[in-house]
Amino acid sequence: MAIRYYWSMAVAAVGFRLALVLFGGDLQLASRPEVSTPLTSIRRLAEGYWLKQASMSPYSGSMYHGSPLLLSVLGPLTNKRSVGHHNHIYCSLIFVAVDFIAAMLIRATGRILQIARNRSLKSLELTEAVSNSVDVSAGDIASLIYLWNPWAIVTCVGSCTSPIENLMVVVMIYGACSRLAPLAAFGYVMATHLSLYPAILVVPIILLLGYGPDTPPRKVYCLKSSSASKSDVSDNDKSFSSRDVQQFSWTPVFYFILWMLFWTCYVLLLSRLVLNKVGDLQEMFEKTYGFILTVKDLSPNIGVLWYFFAEVFDFFRSFFLIVFNMNIAFMVLPLAIRLKHRPCFLAFVYTAIVAMLKSYPSVGDSALYLGLLGLFANELAEMQFTFFLFFGYIGVSLLSPVMHNLWIWRGTGNANFYFATGLAYTCLQTVLVVESVSSMIKHDRKLRLLVTA
Amino acid sequence: MARREEGVVSWVTLSYLSGGNVMGSQNFFRHPVERSMSNISPKNLPSKHYKSPAKKATQQLLASNHAAAPKPHLGGALAAPPSRPPALRRLLFLSLLLLLLLASLVRAAVAAEEGEDEEEVFTEELLLRPLPDRKTLAHFHFRSSAPPSAAAGRHHHVFPKAIAQLVQQFHISELELSFTQGRWNYERWGGYDPMSTNYAKPPGVELWAAFDLPLGEIDATWKNLTHTLSGLFCASINFLESSTAFSAPRWGFKLNEGNLRYGALPREAVCTENLTPWLKLLPCRDKAGIASLLYRPSIYKGYYHSQKLKLTSSQSSGIIIDQTLTVVLQPDTLRGKQLHSTDGQEAQLQPSWSIKDLFNRKLSGKCLISKSSRVFVEIEKDIVDKSDKSGAEASWTNELFVLSTAPNRVFKELKDMDTQPSSLYVYDVSNYNNDKPLDVGITWKLPLIWYCTPAPYHANRFLMGSGNERGSIALSFRSTNLRKQVYGSSNDCSIKAVVFQVVPWYVKVYYHSLQIFIDGNSKAISEVVDKIHVTPSVDKLLPGSLEMLLRLPCSMQSATLSLDFDKGFLHIDEYPPDANQGFDIPSALVTFPEFNSSRSYPETDTLFMSPLLQTFKEDGVIKSYTEVLLVPLTTPDFSMPYNVITFTCTVLALYFGSLLNALRRRIGEEEMELKKAAAKRGLIPLLIAKLRGKKLDPPQQGSSPTSLVSTKLLLKVVFVAVVAVAFHYLSNS
Repeated sequence: MAIRYYWSMAVAAVGFRLALVLFGGDLQLASRPEVSTPLTSIRRLAEGYWLKQASMSPYSGSMYHGSPLLLSVLGPLTNKRSVGHHNHIYCSLIFVAVDFIAAMLIRATGRILQIARNRSLKSLELTEAVSNSVDVSAGDIASLIYLWNPWAIVTCVGSCTSPIENLMVVVMIYGACSRLAPLAAFGYVMATHLSLYPAILVVPIILLLGYGPDTPPRKVYCLKSSSASKSDVSDNDKSFSSRDVQQFSWTPVFYFILWMLFWTCYVLLLSRLVLNKVGDLQEMFEKTYGFILTVKDLSPNIGVLWYFFAEVFDFFRSFFLIVFNMNIAFMVLPLAIRLKHRPCFLAFVYTAIVAMLKSYPSVGDSALYLGLLGLFANELAEMQFTFFLFFGYIGVSLLSPVMHNLWIWRGTGNANFYFATGLAYTCLQTVLVVESVSSMIKHDRKLRLLVTA
Repeated sequence: MARREEGVVSWVTLSYLSGGNVMGSQNFFRHPVERSMSNISPKNLPSKHYKSPAKKATQQLLASNHAAAPKPHLGGALAAPPSRPPALRRLLFLSLLLLLLLASLVRAAVAAEEGEDEEEVFTEELLLRPLPDRKTLAHFHFRSSAPPSAAAGRHHHVFPKAIAQLVQQFHISELELSFTQGRWNYERWGGYDPMSTNYAKPPGVELWAAFDLPLGEIDATWKNLTHTLSGLFCASINFLESSTAFSAPRWGFKLNEGNLRYGALPREAVCTENLTPWLKLLPCRDKAGIASLLYRPSIYKGYYHSQKLKLTSSQSSGIIIDQTLTVVLQPDTLRGKQLHSTDGQEAQLQPSWSIKDLFNRKLSGKCLISKSSRVFVEIEKDIVDKSDKSGAEASWTNELFVLSTAPNRVFKELKDMDTQPSSLYVYDVSNYNNDKPLDVGITWKLPLIWYCTPAPYHANRFLMGSGNERGSIALSFRSTNLRKQVYGSSNDCSIKAVVFQVVPWYVKVYYHSLQIFIDGNSKAISEVVDKIHVTPSVDKLLPGSLEMLLRLPCSMQSATLSLDFDKGFLHIDEYPPDANQGFDIPSALVTFPEFNSSRSYPETDTLFMSPLLQTFKEDGVIKSYTEVLLVPLTTPDFSMPYNVITFTCTVLALYFGSLLNALRRRIGEEEMELKKAAAKRGLIPLLIAKLRGKKLDPPQQGSSPTSLVSTKLLLKVVFVAVVAVAFHYLSNS
């Protein structure tokens, strides 16, 4: 069931962004703490570019913490000021295009997932049983969610660099889904280079390349084949399992690793060239990855870590840094074991966890995983707490600016007000992740029951 | 023999001078050193190194005393020889030779001491000047100089030993430390004279020092120096130790080769506790001489109070310290009111004052050690101009004003411009004593309005924006049209201005956001900025500093520079106790390198050497300091650490636990378990039933499995109990 008026809605979303960029005036979105973080802020990028133009290292001082490549691509645009528009209008225009491309790639990924899903359902002879309940074009939904997500719009208009990071993650997932090892490797290397955390996505990417897109668990196929062999001993038992239960194929993974090495060298070389004479790669790693891992900037954002590290006793600081950083890594393996048959969903869960636990989260990260969530609209149709989550997200996104205003601008509230919205937001994300994972597991169980029934 | 005795006599007077003179100079020398040593934390300064000069000095002192003591005995022995038997003649000759040698050595040493003593000079001077806004400027200038010495620790007579040791220990080539309360009013008190250039300082403490050291050692030396000075002057100068507090300007502050460090503490309160150690560096303290005028209630009542120590040291000229105290006072106008009681005039007439009105003290003689002791009364050139127009000579009594005492000398500044120079009336304090104290004063005869020459631009700095997230710093220049007055109006020229500004790291300045408006119109940066040097701030490590050479067009009336900044967020431990008061950004310094405030005076007398006039003659580029800015920063809730830690950890535990639970769950198995559990009976009802001695109701499935289960359970419980008792017994025994 394709969505009617898909293209008109997509174009309307792009038009809405353009209208905001061109005629919205200076909305000051670039300095909202929910929108821009020290890593993605375009003002800091402009400062880094200015320093580089003054033949100093862009990382001297503690303003810029992004990639040198962004500096050379977006830097020249930050200088140009056109009368009547806000300062970074050219960057915003680029981000509109980037968002559109990301949405299109999400849609294409959705198509691939849809085909894989239909095929596996067909082979399990469950098409009618499942499709009767829900069958929507998940790709269309996901891309529309991404395009019309207010947070994505705000991030795009506020010209942070997070749309580019999101695009790279989407490129990586798309490349892995369509088994294009070079593209997947490019997306992976770039996303890791830009914001470090997508590094854990190597697990779903390898699974995607090895097994192909999401399928029901292998057990279901075994059950199906055993029940099939029970019912009629006839024809193609072996061909059935070999066709549908895909074996792990090492070739694309091997290519992926080769390409990853190549792209890594290439990106490092480019960075070296950009930083030529003004800095070196070690400084780059210290000021980007080091800055991310050690949470040096305590300015408020939508997460909880800023306040935690502003308040925590100094001698516990390193301990908690390790705990919080490890928290992301802890869940990688259990999730991979349980959801290895659904690598694309696994990628979504990882993205959500990263968006929740990363040191400088912003709503742009949430826009990405909410968009990816749309890809599993069919599987997660029976998810619980959706009403609560939906209004929770709305509530947080309305309350957070209010609390920030009360604290920073009016001085009538204090930091706890704003921190409370951050806590609520983290809780909401927790509920979303846990619920989506458990409902996906339930979905798989349902398929098994349907097969055995 | 006579010559030698002369030497001995001079030695005795010398030791008298150094030992038991007016203020007990030995005591005076020792004291500051001990103080500074007690204040130095051992971590920062190896005390072994620091003590050594003091030890050496005392050793040397002892040695010279020993050398002097035996001399009279030997002199007595010299009279004896004829009575000795001839057998001893040879020995006697030898001893005579030795004696002669010793005597000549002593004489040489004494001569050397004498020579140095002649060069170790202390002078005291006071300059008084009426200001246009009915206030009076008093400027105390004390200079001590020590000749260059090769020895590490030498004995000083007049020069403060603490300072000499400071210079030797830290290899300082130049140092300036100022404590200031209040702000110099550039519009009213002038901005184009040596006083405003050299002695108008930013509020709080300002310290800069240039070192004669390799560049790598300078930062460490600076840190030790701040601690030492902090001990010497009873101030929290040690806060400048942190790398976030000082910077290394290259050309914006003073041209140097990277050996200069600059730091400022705008919040530092200045009071008597800083003045007392400063006075201890003077040989007469405030007990005699000009410093005796420093009556605390009257000088701290002033509108501006700046106490400064300037130190220059070089191989050729030795060490020179200039201690200055600049105060702007409101004279007690009681006398003026009595004299001019007609109320119409009273409003316009300048207050008449004398030294007694200003300081509540009279000047009764000089400090005996000082080489020269003078009081200057300076009359601004605008007044001189007016008095000249009215026809009279620039004498001490004319129709505009009368000085209460006749001056010893009158100086006129030499100027090649057509305007009249200012005049100086000099009083030699040595002519006055307790019976006849000096109480020079000025009495105005006519109401008078005059202006001090301003700097080419008035520089002001202010903050823009509201809220605690971001803001901008604006620096504004307002033209005073000085150029037109002085050089005529040509519109093609430009005036150079150098801006030097240090911002602490928590004010995160976006240097790319620099905007320049000239007469309200936005200008391209390249049109105005000739040269710019930025050191961006590093969080918790380095302050940001900005040095900028501007070229402002002459025709310009006003210019504004603005820089955006984000306010940083600090860890709770980094906030000071009064966090909500805000944080200070130190004053910016604006220099006009094309304008020079130096004044020249006619060299009438070679003997007349005044250090004060000498500093006036020195090359003084026009400088003005801007206001200190107060930036309020957001505070977190200081009472929350435990709550924040527990809340955050709870949320994370919630995430971790629930996600792991969701992954671990096997719904099918759970359902089977539930079915099993429904079939079973719990342990506790079983036990209760047993205790009651009742027979169990035979369950539906059959009794044999249940009884089996119950015996198994009982066995388990007994086993666990036995193990527990055994463990307890074993662990206790």
